[in-house]
Amino acid sequence: MGPFVYMAEEHNPPLVQVRGLRFARGSRPIFNGVDLDIRRGQVTAIMGPSGTGKTTLLKLIGGQLRPSAGTISVDGQDVHRLGHRALYELRKRMGMLFQSGALLTDLNVYENVAFPLREHTDLPESMIRDLVLMKLEAVGLRGARRLMANELSGGMARRVALARAIALDPMMIMYDEPFTGQDPISMGVLVKLIRSLNDALGLTSIIVSHDVHETAAISDYIYLLSDGRVVAHGTPKELGRSSSDWAQQFMQGLPDGPVPFHYRAAPYAEDLLAGREGRV
Amino acid sequence: MLDWLAQLGRHGLNFFERLGRGHLLLLALLRGVPGLVLRPLLVVQQVYAIGVLSLLIIVVSGVFVGMVLGLQLYNTLVDFGAEASLGPVIALTLVRELGPVVTALLFAGRAGSALTAEIGLMKATEQLSGMEMMAVDPVKRVLAPRFLGGFIAMPLLAAIFSLVGVYGGYFVGVGLLGVDEGSYWSQMQSMVDFDDDVMNGVIKSLVFGVVVTWIAVFEGNDAVPTSEGVSRATTRTVVHSSLAVLGLDFVLTALMFGVD
Repeated sequence: MGPFVYMAEEHNPPLVQVRGLRFARGSRPIFNGVDLDIRRGQVTAIMGPSGTGKTTLLKLIGGQLRPSAGTISVDGQDVHRLGHRALYELRKRMGMLFQSGALLTDLNVYENVAFPLREHTDLPESMIRDLVLMKLEAVGLRGARRLMANELSGGMARRVALARAIALDPMMIMYDEPFTGQDPISMGVLVKLIRSLNDALGLTSIIVSHDVHETAAISDYIYLLSDGRVVAHGTPKELGRSSSDWAQQFMQGLPDGPVPFHYRAAPYAEDLLAGREGRV
Repeated sequence: MLDWLAQLGRHGLNFFERLGRGHLLLLALLRGVPGLVLRPLLVVQQVYAIGVLSLLIIVVSGVFVGMVLGLQLYNTLVDFGAEASLGPVIALTLVRELGPVVTALLFAGRAGSALTAEIGLMKATEQLSGMEMMAVDPVKRVLAPRFLGGFIAMPLLAAIFSLVGVYGGYFVGVGLLGVDEGSYWSQMQSMVDFDDDVMNGVIKSLVFGVVVTWIAVFEGNDAVPTSEGVSRATTRTVVHSSLAVLGLDFVLTALMFGVD
């Protein structure tokens, strides 16, 4: 690492630092010592096969779950040492886009985007209106403001949720599987929006996804997770050239490799013979 | 045998864990209630959703319960020549017992199940999680207004139930069976005591309001976030709150009227 890079990091520490993270659901370990840095102003992707706990990682960063060991700091604050009030203050500066959109179904699009503004500010109605329309304009849905949440397509719901996530001008946004189940047009819109919003608003973005091509196209840095650990990390180009089997299998979508095609099971012949004894 | 014991232990632990979570939620709800003074609209909306929208079933049930009481009690009282006491007997039965209890049971079925399903679905569709990440506490924003709304609506619904029940009894007793109208009302007026009868009924309905709404809100918030989980939680709300109402009714009646 050259001296300039070192100095730059010294003056611009990562926005999110995860160190020695361990987390388990019941007896099943999800994270087994994860270290990662999310740099300010960048789009960082956290990728990995389904079931590797990518969404769990976002919930840990947001303080909705508590790790069994390790620390997560956001903007210099240890998330899991904060009191209730301080955590909620920190969350005002974080946005999160849930896979389902998580829009409030009893409110229309306009009221959904206005919701955080009404909850956290005393702005006059005329200013709330201006802000809501600006956020909706940014995601291209100003014309859909009177629709109810259940009248939106999946892609539109995510864009409304994105407008809501940027309503309070946060410092970072976490995207949970933003591309899953989207048609090519919606996917293209979301890909463009995530990158352009990040750059235009000076955000820091974390994308959790397993859509390799879309995510790699807009990410500055990628972490690959598997079996509760970071198995590879680097820029999309570096990972594409990586000699790591993990990285190659995931980035090229190979069915078998270090991540086996078969779920862990007893030997095949033994399992078939067990049927004679009436076992399932 | 050991398996059976282990299973019994697991069920016991689960039960006490849920009981603990329920009480922690109750504390959080009570902490969230004072803040609602600044946001009365949230509570008014819930009183409307929980109370006003339950009016139809409460009024219709109240009328029929009152009419049935009129018929049944008239047939018994007339044997003793005491049919003039029909008014106070109907009123006491309704105000002390049936008003609070039947209203609470109907309330559990109509409003309690709706509360659980709504909160459970909000959890399943990540709306509660989304609020948390927007730095909005779902206990204060979603659960506490519903809890307070139920607490306010329940005694009002019980009062309406008793009122229309008295008129249902009047319709059958005075209108159809020929009981003297003057004695129906005047005996009721002289025999129903405000402190002993009406207030005790109000206390019962307040207690039932807290218990039913607490169970409904807790079950919704504690539901497994799947369609099956929400369906189970809704069933549990109706069963548990109905049992709690009947059990508590006995305890409260014993405390209020059982010991002189």
